[in-house]
Amino acid sequence: MSVLVLLEQRGELKPCALEAATAASKVAQAAGVELNAVYIGQSLADQSAELAGLGIAKVYAYENDALNYYSNDGYVPIVRDLVQELGATVVIGSASALGKEYCASVAARLGTELAQDAIEVSWDGGLKAKKPVYAGKIVSEVSITASPAMVSLRPNVVKIERDGDAVPEIVKRDMPQVSLRTVLKEAAVAAAGQIELTEAKVVVSGGRGIGGPENWPVVQELADALGAALGASRAVVDAGWIHHSHQVGQTGKVVSPDIYVACGISGAIQHQAGMRTSKLIVAINKDPNAPIFKLCDYGIVGDLFEICPLLAAEVRKALGKE
Amino acid sequence: MKIAVLVKRVPDTASVFQIDGDQKSVKTDGLKFVMSPYDEHAMELAIQLKEAGKADEVIVVSAGPDGAKDVMRTALAMGADSGLLVTGDGVESLSSRGVAQALAAALKDFGAELILAGKQAVDDDASQVAERVAELLEYAHASVVTRFELEGTTATVDREIEGGQYTLELPLPAVCTIQKGINTPRYPTLPNIMKAKKKPIADKNLADLGLSGDALNSGIAVENLSLPRQDRLNKIIEGDNEVRVKELVRMLKEDEKAL
Ligand SMILES: Cc1cc2nc3c(=O)[nH]c(=O)nc-3n(C[C@H](O)[C@H](O)[C@H](O)COP(=O)(O)OP(=O)(O)OC[C@H]3O[C@@H](n4cnc5c(N)ncnc54)[C@H](O)[C@@H]3O)c2cc1C
Ligand SMILES: Nc1ncnc2c1ncn2[C@@H]1O[C@H](COP(=O)(O)O)[C@@H](O)[C@H]1O
Repeated sequence: MSVLVLLEQRGELKPCALEAATAASKVAQAAGVELNAVYIGQSLADQSAELAGLGIAKVYAYENDALNYYSNDGYVPIVRDLVQELGATVVIGSASALGKEYCASVAARLGTELAQDAIEVSWDGGLKAKKPVYAGKIVSEVSITASPAMVSLRPNVVKIERDGDAVPEIVKRDMPQVSLRTVLKEAAVAAAGQIELTEAKVVVSGGRGIGGPENWPVVQELADALGAALGASRAVVDAGWIHHSHQVGQTGKVVSPDIYVACGISGAIQHQAGMRTSKLIVAINKDPNAPIFKLCDYGIVGDLFEICPLLAAEVRKALGKE
Repeated sequence: MKIAVLVKRVPDTASVFQIDGDQKSVKTDGLKFVMSPYDEHAMELAIQLKEAGKADEVIVVSAGPDGAKDVMRTALAMGADSGLLVTGDGVESLSSRGVAQALAAALKDFGAELILAGKQAVDDDASQVAERVAELLEYAHASVVTRFELEGTTATVDREIEGGQYTLELPLPAVCTIQKGINTPRYPTLPNIMKAKKKPIADKNLADLGLSGDALNSGIAVENLSLPRQDRLNKIIEGDNEVRVKELVRMLKEDEKAL
């Protein structure tokens, strides 16, 4: 019996991989079993420090440039075989866009059950997970008795925790022979330094209240002050004011930052579906009856064109940025 | 070439959901049921491929209660040629694993070269049925597809990742799950709605697919349903702008330690 965590990487380990390891470590402790990890990708050597103190006993590392990018054909058989070899009874991965495909495929090959996009995972005589359903309007707590029990964890819902600085043993594995049916022609990824919405610790979003695309700088200034990623409501995406990749909500991205700031967003139920697991919600809206105020922790009823610049300046002051 | 589109009947997410007395299910009376929105995009893609002469036949496949035929009719009115409903006792309590087994078994004889599905069903948000079908049938597959081109027996697709996309080439037979943005699903016209009434929907029983009794026992169970976090502070900060902004930053920094 053991727990296995799938370490997601994109050239380097993703924060969500370390979050999954933190959650998996708690499960392993509660179950009284060992935690191991599987890493597939380029050399892990210069990243092993990232894995210190997470409670991982061994990392099974399949290091090969050919598997730098995720592929079902490449990754899934490796994990299936490793799970069987180790007799892992719990497998935890990340619910990123790729991670969900990865976990679903592994679960299928192992013929087991999987709870995707969990916001909480625990061990109580068996694996339990909480996950939002019905566009986040309901939270479902499930228990998984199939073995291995699989869960993918929503990014940003668990804080990375380290206990000491013990690094895991790296067990190098040979690449199995794989024939890749699917060919990766091109990987277009965001410019370095750009903060990805789903991973951002702070998100500042703008809605129709910004009045027009020429006014994004007002919201962007606040985002910059907070080191935040820029989000948007669907209304402004549909209006063509910003690219769809910024949309937060039921048909956009689901974010769980430490702070979510909604500027000029009414807070429609479909928008809430994408941000209601945020730890703190701040709303700036000139309409005191906007639904967003029922969902927020802190609200300011006012004109965002006045509030945002003042707030940006105050944040910079508080963070010693000026 | 034959295309199968997986379509699920789900409650409209704009509905008010009430938890049933058992705390394990949602009350279904009064809910309006629709085709899961991402499945509409998968349907539209299939019809466009047929219109472009790249597919000969489009079948819509669903697992669910008899009522699922309503959304299958919508798919037929959009342009699918026929339907296949997997149904029978226990179909509504299947886990994602069970649904995928049922769909894969039902699809075996049809021989679809391409299977299209939504990236997730908006009721259980399970994000796994289509991937499981692909693995069970041993098809190549890609999820969260935002662009799809077909040339001969090769599909070129863009699949979304956080902060970017991968462009992939998949050999058929393949399964793709579709993300919105790829197209705008059509509204069925009245003549097509009338025509759809005459198109065939075949029933397949779970038991006929060898799925009954123990085979349906899932290893996952809902223990409890609850409402999402209700403990928001709802604190409206009063005062003039300078004062409010200072107070907000102070609270974020000192009270919440979030800055
Ligand atoms: C199937 C479906 C899926 C959907 N998916 C999504 C989704 O994923 N994400 C999403 O966001 N929406 C989604 N929607 C749309 C959603 O229902 C709302 O229409 C949308 O979120 C509204 O965007 P908004 O808040 O920017 O605009 P509005 O509702 O128009 O709100 C604008 C707000 O700005 C305020 N305001 C105006 N001027 C100022 C000012 N100067 N200062 C401060 N405040 C100001 C107004 O008081 C108002 O509250 C979906 C809808 C459907 C039907
Ligand atoms: N019961 C079902 N019948 C037909 N298709 C389904 C069913 N469940 C899921 N699917 C398909 O699989 C996709 C993903 O669903 P899910 O894995 O439940 O989020 C859906 O968008 C459908 O295309």
